Amino acid sequence: MDVLYSSRPLWAVLVSMIAAFLILATGEKNRNIRESWTIMAALAKFLIVFSMVPVILQGKVIEYTIVTFYPGLLLQFRIDAFGMLFGVIASSLWIATSFYSIGYVRGLNEHAQTRYFFAFAMCLSSTIGIAFSANLLTFLVFYEILTIATYPLVIHKESKEGIMGGRKYLAYTLTAGCVLLFAIGMIYYMTGTLDFKAGGFMAGSGSSTVLIMLFAMLIFGFGVKAGIMPMHEWLPTAMVAPTPVSALLHAVAVVKAGVFGCLRVILYVFGPGLLHDLGIWLIMAYIASFTIVVAGFLALGQDHLKRRLAFSTINNLAMIVLGAALLTKSSMTGGIIHMANHAFMKITLFFCAGAIHVKMHKDYVSQLDGLGRQMPLTMGAFAIGAIGLSGIPPMSGFISKWFLCLGALEANQIIFLFVFMTSAMLDVAFFFPIIYNSFFKKPMDDVAPHFDEAPMFMVIPLVITALLSIVFGIVPDAFFRFFSLTSLAVQNIMGVG
Amino acid sequence: MADQFAALIIVVPLIASLFVPVFGWWKKKLCYPWVVAVLVIPLISSLSVLNTVMTTGKFSYRLGGWAPPWGIEYMLDHLSAFVLVIVSSISLIVAIYSKKSVEDNLPEKTVPFYTLFLLLVTGLMGIVITGDVFNLFVFLEISALSCYALIAIGEEGAPMATFNYIIIGTIGACFYLLGIGYLYIATGSLNMADLANILPDLYHSKVILVAFAFFTVGLAIKAGLFPLHTWLPDAYCTAPSAVSALIAPLMTKVAAYVMIRLMFTVFQPNFSVNMVPVMPILGWLSVMAIFWGGIKALAQTDLKRMLVYVVVAEVGYIVIGVSVANRMGLTGAILHIMNDAVMMACLFLVVGAILYKTGTREIHQLRHLNKKMPFTMAAFTITALSMCGIPPACGFFSKWYLILGTIEAGQWVWAAALLCSSLINAVLFFRVIECAYLKPMEPAYALNGGETKHEEIQRDEAPLTMLVPIVIMAAGVILLGIFSGKIISSVIQFAVPASF
Amino acid sequence: MLDYVISKYNFWIYIILMMIGLYAMIGKKNLVKKLIGMNVFQSAIILFYVSIGVKAGATVPILSGHGHGHEAIDVASYINPLPHVLMLTAIVVSIATTGIALATLILIYRKYNTLEEDEILKIRKETGA
Repeated sequence: MDVLYSSRPLWAVLVSMIAAFLILATGEKNRNIRESWTIMAALAKFLIVFSMVPVILQGKVIEYTIVTFYPGLLLQFRIDAFGMLFGVIASSLWIATSFYSIGYVRGLNEHAQTRYFFAFAMCLSSTIGIAFSANLLTFLVFYEILTIATYPLVIHKESKEGIMGGRKYLAYTLTAGCVLLFAIGMIYYMTGTLDFKAGGFMAGSGSSTVLIMLFAMLIFGFGVKAGIMPMHEWLPTAMVAPTPVSALLHAVAVVKAGVFGCLRVILYVFGPGLLHDLGIWLIMAYIASFTIVVAGFLALGQDHLKRRLAFSTINNLAMIVLGAALLTKSSMTGGIIHMANHAFMKITLFFCAGAIHVKMHKDYVSQLDGLGRQMPLTMGAFAIGAIGLSGIPPMSGFISKWFLCLGALEANQIIFLFVFMTSAMLDVAFFFPIIYNSFFKKPMDDVAPHFDEAPMFMVIPLVITALLSIVFGIVPDAFFRFFSLTSLAVQNIMGVG
Repeated sequence: MADQFAALIIVVPLIASLFVPVFGWWKKKLCYPWVVAVLVIPLISSLSVLNTVMTTGKFSYRLGGWAPPWGIEYMLDHLSAFVLVIVSSISLIVAIYSKKSVEDNLPEKTVPFYTLFLLLVTGLMGIVITGDVFNLFVFLEISALSCYALIAIGEEGAPMATFNYIIIGTIGACFYLLGIGYLYIATGSLNMADLANILPDLYHSKVILVAFAFFTVGLAIKAGLFPLHTWLPDAYCTAPSAVSALIAPLMTKVAAYVMIRLMFTVFQPNFSVNMVPVMPILGWLSVMAIFWGGIKALAQTDLKRMLVYVVVAEVGYIVIGVSVANRMGLTGAILHIMNDAVMMACLFLVVGAILYKTGTREIHQLRHLNKKMPFTMAAFTITALSMCGIPPACGFFSKWYLILGTIEAGQWVWAAALLCSSLINAVLFFRVIECAYLKPMEPAYALNGGETKHEEIQRDEAPLTMLVPIVIMAAGVILLGIFSGKIISSVIQFAVPASF
Repeated sequence: MLDYVISKYNFWIYIILMMIGLYAMIGKKNLVKKLIGMNVFQSAIILFYVSIGVKAGATVPILSGHGHGHEAIDVASYINPLPHVLMLTAIVVSIATTGIALATLILIYRKYNTLEEDEILKIRKETGA
């Protein structure tokens, strides 16, 4: 494979880190300048990341070594198709989130905005670091930075429940970090390398018991952020955070980093072949299926809109993991492309929840009757996102579900087909009442009968992300080349495995 | 030229300490600039020594020109040069910091303070540089004696803590002295390099075993390794801020250095590791130190006292790295000597600054501190994250190597202890961070004093002589983390015995 | 057995002294007694060192005619001076330690008006310090 040595990955990571410190230095007094740092960094980051896409699509990888500690132990960036996909998702959505955040925090007149934007930029920096990391050590380093950078966002409200949510978040993620540290140490000790390799590098490096334990540890470590079922508890609690943060947590950075980590472990550390031999792929698949179904049912019971969305996120993330765990070509394609599709749809939904919160100060599903008349754009976008997540064509959600179902068939596991079906049904069950209530029910008293939308800073981003999720449904390869990247990644994995 | 630098490291602060009373007698204000200026020389010298060692390998300096093994020899290899740089740089930083703290706490004791300060630094650097086991004892006692006196001028309760420290510290030093005696009976030599040559033939002698046991226990006392740490919390906690900022990072680390030196240079690794069952014992004691220190720290409401117990736990880190006795573990231990020294220095400096500005060390009284002292608290936060092992701060990397070491040695419980310890640290430090950054918004507070919610909180940052050292240390925490690879590949990997 | 003990009597004496010192340091409540115990402890070690330099039938190591005569020095006829010299340093150290400890005791006495450890602990508990 051709390797291109370039410092562009480093700059992609650094640009938002530099911006973060500029934001801190600028402070509250010059908020327009401060916000312009955010936006400039977001655009610059996206351009840097996007400029590398053509190179990746030619089948090359881009490499940059930061430091070497010992042979085989180094901090290094290496961008392959899979990492590129995540990088593009995160950096493109950061632009939308930046604009949206500005509208949100100003609309609500939030306190500590500087800290907020600082932490936001740091989060993105580490997310891109995760996307581009070449080995588990680099991954871990950025993963831990992400944990800490997210903490100020989770506790942003500084209320009792905010602090409690923050503690819970830290308890889960730091424990996970420790487990990861140990597991990665073990892997280094056993194999002498930590580099991700399409198709895995662990085969034959230890007894199957040890390998299974390591796999469990890694999946635990990354699964905590991905909200896989016994470890999901922090995610709904963290919903006390401001909405753009939830959007970032759910669609762009944190949980996606967890899922990305799970997929890296399944496909690039252990590899399909080894997982098949060990037989743990089926267990993994069952755990993911359990998460999918239970999270779906739990979502039904939530009246708090953001909590409902949180459980929907857990459900969808498990679907991505299940796609990878099924280890067939189609299921992997479905899982990986669902990372992108889910990101765009879920961020739309969260943006809508935030817009409703800012405009109407409403947080509960039961308060949304007739809101479609006052905020047609917001609720329309919400409908698009919701329909997409339920997997109805022509939204992008359909494509991923199609591949996932195909994958279940390819793997001769009809039961997982039913899991996907159940999940789609549950999606419909917990989203459609919202759409129905907001458009067709008699408006509540406080809903204005005329057009009265949230600030444009918020509406425009959410409309764009909603439109994009339609576009990706019709032309999956549009703009960002998600589909090409996905198929390239799958090709790499299957070609070797 | 570099040879002379080796002598300067000891001679300059030693002689300069005699001049402090002279200056103090003439003009009290001169003490501070004199001490700071003097301490620059050991730093430059040790950097130059490190440079020489890195380029031309290890060398020795004959004090007074007497040939070893009769004369006293200074042994400068990668390990000692590395630790020397740590000791000299931290003592310089703390000296710079001490100005306001001394003016505020001990105005009439400026002269003795600085005299003792220089003597303590001399002692610490002497311990590191010397290649003679008896000379090491002398330096050990120089540092200990000045340390006793420095602690005794501290706050309420300090004399009692000092007395306990004197008693236990003297037992430690005497055990070390006995160890030397037994070695001398068997070998007739006091020179480390000479001993290393003679000893292998005598490894089966019981005398050597006894000597080794005395060394280990004596140094464990000096390093404050559980369960011999009982003197440490009170002594470090009641000492004046500038003193605890110097001894907390350095004293225990230097003792750990001596442990490494004796176990792997004077004695061969195969003796210390294979012929004496000391490593597992030390390892398990460290595990207990880590838990005991962590749990005791959790129970404290006083920030400084909490940190003191963290020091106890951190000693456990280093000793675990020594006792796994493999390349990765020892790399981690040596790296942690540096990292922990920097982190502890930063934390104790911050506590001193907080005490100076607010007059309190109670954790729950720290609210609004992020507004009052933003830079100090930022430094604290960075270091706290490092203590929890968050990359790219330096704490992560030493933990990483220590864990690799425990994995290689197959000591799963030790690895688990290290991991648990960073979680305990996370609880400890996030408790402080929450108090400092978030406390005002708590409902209970809003009820009885809600009016301050909108009150503009004035920035009231520590004076520059305090702030600059703190910021340097915090920057060091990050930079040492980022460049840890470089440090390991150019220094530490040569400091680890080749047989690993 | 008895021969064994007697032939190494110097070691036994130092061990006994050391244990007495250790006992006083740990077991005594009075701080001055603790300090005396520490001194006994140190003296024991000094005695140990002094005794290991001794050789049967040897004399003090003052060399007459050294530098002029050509005859080789008979090492066995002089005791080993090095341990004694080391002990000069150790004595200095122990005196300094004692000095500091005494100074600390004065501080303690001024503060609590007693040197009994349990009484001090009681006072400290009462004052909450």
